[in-house]
Amino acid sequence: MELKLIVWRQKGPDEPGWFENYIARNVSQDQSFLEMLDQVNEDLIRKGRIPIAFDHDCREGICGTCSAVVNGVPHGGFERTTVCQLHMRKFKDGDAIYIEPWRARAFPILRDLVVDRGALDKLIQAGGYISCHTGGVPDGNSIPVSKADSDKAMDAAQCIGCGACVAACPNGSAMLFVGAKVSHLAALPQGQVEAPERVVAMIQAMRDCGFGNCSNHYECQAVCPKDIDVKFISKLNREFLTALILAKAGPFKATAG
Amino acid sequence: MILDGKAPTGPIETSWIRHRSDLKLVIPANRRKYRILVVGTGLAGASSAATLGEMGYNVEAFCLQDTPRRAHSIAAQGGINAAKNYLNDGDSVFRLFHDTIKGGDFRAREADAWRMAEVSQYIIDQCVAQGVPFARDYGGYLDTRSFGGAQVSRTFYARGQTGQQLLLGAYSALSRQIRAGTVRMFPRTEMLDLVVIGGRARGITVRDLVTGEIRSHVGDAVILATGGYVNVFHLSTNAMACSVTAAWKAYKKGAWFANPCYTQIHPTCIPQSGEHQSKLTLMSESLRNDGRCWVPKRKSDVGKPPGEIPEEDRDYYLERKYPSYGNLAPRDIASRAAKEQCDDGRGVGPTGRGVYLEFKESIERLGESVIRERYGNLFEMYERITDEDGYKVPMRIYPAPHYAMGGLWVDYNLMSNLPGLFVLGEANFSVHGANRLGASALMQGLADGYFIIPYTIADYLARIRPGGVSTSDTECVKSVEDVKAALKRLLSIKGDRSVNYFRKELGALLWQHCGMERSRESLTEALARIPGIRDEFREKLRIPGTAAEFNQQLENAVRAEDFIEFAELLCTDALHRNESCGGHFRVEHQYEDGEAKRDDPNYCYSAAWEYKGPGAPPELHKEPLRFENVHLMVRSYK
Ligand SMILES: Cc1cc2nc3c(=O)[nH]c(=O)nc-3n(C[C@H](O)[C@H](O)[C@H](O)COP(=O)(O)OP(=O)(O)OC[C@H]3O[C@@H](n4cnc5c(N)ncnc54)[C@H](O)[C@@H]3O)c2cc1C
Ligand code: SF4
Ligand code: FES
Repeated sequence: MELKLIVWRQKGPDEPGWFENYIARNVSQDQSFLEMLDQVNEDLIRKGRIPIAFDHDCREGICGTCSAVVNGVPHGGFERTTVCQLHMRKFKDGDAIYIEPWRARAFPILRDLVVDRGALDKLIQAGGYISCHTGGVPDGNSIPVSKADSDKAMDAAQCIGCGACVAACPNGSAMLFVGAKVSHLAALPQGQVEAPERVVAMIQAMRDCGFGNCSNHYECQAVCPKDIDVKFISKLNREFLTALILAKAGPFKATAG
Repeated sequence: MILDGKAPTGPIETSWIRHRSDLKLVIPANRRKYRILVVGTGLAGASSAATLGEMGYNVEAFCLQDTPRRAHSIAAQGGINAAKNYLNDGDSVFRLFHDTIKGGDFRAREADAWRMAEVSQYIIDQCVAQGVPFARDYGGYLDTRSFGGAQVSRTFYARGQTGQQLLLGAYSALSRQIRAGTVRMFPRTEMLDLVVIGGRARGITVRDLVTGEIRSHVGDAVILATGGYVNVFHLSTNAMACSVTAAWKAYKKGAWFANPCYTQIHPTCIPQSGEHQSKLTLMSESLRNDGRCWVPKRKSDVGKPPGEIPEEDRDYYLERKYPSYGNLAPRDIASRAAKEQCDDGRGVGPTGRGVYLEFKESIERLGESVIRERYGNLFEMYERITDEDGYKVPMRIYPAPHYAMGGLWVDYNLMSNLPGLFVLGEANFSVHGANRLGASALMQGLADGYFIIPYTIADYLARIRPGGVSTSDTECVKSVEDVKAALKRLLSIKGDRSVNYFRKELGALLWQHCGMERSRESLTEALARIPGIRDEFREKLRIPGTAAEFNQQLENAVRAEDFIEFAELLCTDALHRNESCGGHFRVEHQYEDGEAKRDDPNYCYSAAWEYKGPGAPPELHKEPLRFENVHLMVRSYK
């Protein structure tokens, strides 16, 4: 196959970006999208030009590193597929493909297709954990967890933190990501104790990091490579409301309004 | 020189408890005076950084990825072992210890393997408490499955994403400490040198991968948890950034490298489809719980669709050769068995390098929904890559490089021969011997990070005075200059070949000559050809761009150069070890039925290599291995 690529190039966060055209030749059906980019880069290096920078690591759809917007859709728009798991058999000879980085206020572009997603770490640091010290915990079987709950937790915990949901959202909201984490921990007995503090802190951090709010476009679920359900956003909202009610009634200090 | 691993003597059952009571402590109020540098935040690094932070030490942690949650550990699918005996099937610490020693073909230290088996029980508890959503049965209790090399069901799992969930657990504990201010995290930062002052590891020199800045960090101890090196083979199951660089730089600064020739080839990977490929994808070994491996009995059937080959014309070779373990024979054995079938001309698929892994029988027995529940995401992954539906037609699999059992030499305290340098997880050589059983790497990484290093590092720190060095120390300044000069040298080559060209050339050479099997001839040839690749690299490499910017080609070039140098050590080790054991299979040493033949009188030791300067042959140190609790015997899975 031969493909025409229109790729976003940008040297650094404060530099202007532009689209550049490339031809990808001899692309095989069995190649992954990133392997196709590797090939284009080999070509550029041979010609003494600067290869396209893009993020990737596992190339198995699990680490959440790869992050390209393909033809306007984060990860390329095939169901439950990260861009590293996207195969060229999904394209036709002669296709033109637009390739851009994640676009979101909270994710500055570092170079070409590489963005800084450190804001997602900040959200987790705000409270996306269970506060338990190493050692001194009870036996794993001492608190039974129903299969339904553990499955629900696992459905939410599958989020790979890629940030496609943020990039797809017209508001640049991280609600799906935060909703998944809050729901994962709230589904388990171990995560209940600090649930109200957690949700309040994470929502506050979301505001501080420059993420927008959810206004029900559902673009996030559509692009999510792990099929994280928007029902987790409703769960997030419910958890938040409960926390606010608790805050009125009880002693714990909610910092967010 | 004869090495001492400092393993406790006396009854093994109490060895760790006794040792732990003898270790010195640092009182809570003094802990913040010590700074610990943790390089790598996969399972081993994140768990240790989080735990040391919790204890009150001042920790700085570094990783290559943009966030610790993306370390290579995230990719582990199948599960993590623990001797819980929840199933009442006869499991015990002794059995897990025994399986580990036997699985490793008697080339690991007994006391270390015992300790890992012992603390494995606490790992599961810890992870449950952190919110890791392990699989549960309908009564709400933890579920398990079986893995290769064991006759009990001791593998805990979280769907097909166990590594991901365990890493997210460790990452969340780490995030909590980052928030608390005990850990400072430096993502996208690569260690390019170790700083040794007064004979002790006191710092590292790093490159900020975004800005290109080169600088040193100093501390009272350095922990390397930088993962394994099997990407030296180019096409492996590892993530793209996995490299030998950190360990190699430490080696060049005096740390000894142990057993580099022990590399694990995993039997169940998706076969290579073409030249364009950048990696191979693993299909979890747990699939062999329900999948059966076979090839056609007759060569003339190889081209036929599998459905047209009747039962009686199929060779379920693992079940035939290893009746008591069947499809769950250990990895080195299952890999060689697959290769044997393909070498014999009965391999399937377009390249003839593949065997079938079929679920038909278990789908008939259990129903497709049960199989879907157990392995759904793996089937999906398979389909995405091959465009074939594993529920309908058998999967095709072939062995691929997967894991490094070798690594930096450490004693029982996980300290290398360089005082102050500790090595954890896949980066060290301990525990697995010449072969790692499935679901044991995750266990080792977390055992090291959560439950061993917090005790052993305290013993070291309590014996030294904290602080006293700064980044303006001459050794730091020199290290920064050396790193800058090395990068400048690479950038100034201005040849016409990309880094990838060299990675492929080296990787293919190693796979062919030092892969699933090795011989004196193949290794001698590899050793003769590696210097040529190195010289070509130094003359013909081209790296576009500069060092003072985000430059992925430059990152790769450094890693490639280290792989090229390291490959020589790997082959040297493989050549000197004139026996077969586990993942190290020398064709000269096998029994009539093709099983590996060890030479215990001459090679029952761990080999630790010391760097002697550029061009000089490395010096071999031996740590003799003693087996008092599991008796040395021919390893059999029949
Ligand atoms: C596909 C796959 C499936 C697997 N399945 C299983 C399984 O089911 N069960 C099991 O037990 N094991 C499994 N394994 C093996 C297991 O995942 C690994 O051995 C283990 O996770 C290694 O953990 P680690 O913490 O030692 O290293 P890693 O997770 O590799 O972490 C290395 C860390 O070091 C950092 N780093 C490396 N070099 C540098 C440097 N120079 N400077 C700064 N930072 C650096 C990286 O950024 C990373 O943070 C699997 C492996 C693969 C590839
Ligand atoms: S919710 Fe989905 S799209 Fe968003 S970060 Fe997680 S996996 Fe990616
Ligand atoms: S590279 Fe890991 S998810 Fe794509």
